[in-house]
Amino acid sequence: MKTKYMNPYLAGTLLGLVLLSAMYISGRGLGASGGLKYCVVSVVGAVDKPHAEKSVYYSKYFEEGQKPLFNWLTMIIFGVLAGGFVSGAVSKRLQFKIEKSPGISNTRRLIFAFIGGAFFVYGAQLARGCTSGAALSGMAVLSVAGFVTMITIFGSAYLFAWFFRKNWI
Amino acid sequence: MGPITSAPGFPVWLDLLIAFLIGIGFGFSLEQAGFSSSRKLAGMFYGYDTTVLKVFFTAAIVALIGSQFLSYFGLLNLNLVFVNEYYVTASIVGGVIMGAGFIMGGFCPGTGVSAMSIGKIDALFYVLGGLAGAFLFAETYPLIQPLADNAYRGPVKINDVFGISPGLFTLLLVIAAAGMFWVAELAEKKFARPDITGEI
Repeated sequence: MKTKYMNPYLAGTLLGLVLLSAMYISGRGLGASGGLKYCVVSVVGAVDKPHAEKSVYYSKYFEEGQKPLFNWLTMIIFGVLAGGFVSGAVSKRLQFKIEKSPGISNTRRLIFAFIGGAFFVYGAQLARGCTSGAALSGMAVLSVAGFVTMITIFGSAYLFAWFFRKNWI
Repeated sequence: MGPITSAPGFPVWLDLLIAFLIGIGFGFSLEQAGFSSSRKLAGMFYGYDTTVLKVFFTAAIVALIGSQFLSYFGLLNLNLVFVNEYYVTASIVGGVIMGAGFIMGGFCPGTGVSAMSIGKIDALFYVLGGLAGAFLFAETYPLIQPLADNAYRGPVKINDVFGISPGLFTLLLVIAAAGMFWVAELAEKKFARPDITGEI
């Protein structure tokens, strides 16, 4: 049978030590949505450079010859891909799979996954960080923004859970 | 004294390599915790699996206590560690949008990327949606900018709001977390779904 997941308190300690290392070594927290933003910014820069240079939003990422793909947060994303893969390999969980409740179709699951991702990262750009960059890392430095984001993310998910229950239970 | 990379002349390539290594630890921890499974993450909101709460608060507390000890022993200058800036409206509205995305998509961005790396197709669609969301934000930025910048408060610390020391706030947070862990363990029994937890 498949390998069991790590005890949650142990996994939390491990994640906390990774976060502490980021704070001690680089003076920053963890982040995931920022790296996705830099990927988009570099693609837009490659496809339509004039648009990127004209836009108030994109232009700041290309000032002084910056390369958005070679950025601290983008490197985190590449690392997460590698680290997740290694973990899946040692625990024998590497497998192509659409994970969903038996009550819904694959198409429905994938559509909701796409919409959910779009919502989450849009909100993360607005709040200047997601669960890792704003909520977790923010709480670890006692920032009010971190606590507020944590409470609103989880509060809102509970609020909407009833409407999407068919997808999960 | 930390942060190490704040030393003058620290090479950029080494900073980026460190980011990659930290990312590996991040992705590894998320996957080991079971956050590569959307049904496990969603369990948080229906009560049958509360791993999210346990991992999240344990990690925050470990980093919080660890950084304060490092600072106490003069090994880390906490004034040089980034503190998130508080934009009241953006934090609240952004958080609500993220929560809606969480319950629809079953992931948050970090867990989505981690799950994608072990072959979860739903996570791949989630990450593609996430890239679309970042693109949409960039293109609608002129419209949303007033909201994003509204009610700026600066890098406010929560212990200062309550007028207490960081150490005392941390202690109170640990007590609150212990209470939440206890409730979480009860919830998993009350809302148990062996048909789901047996599969994930």
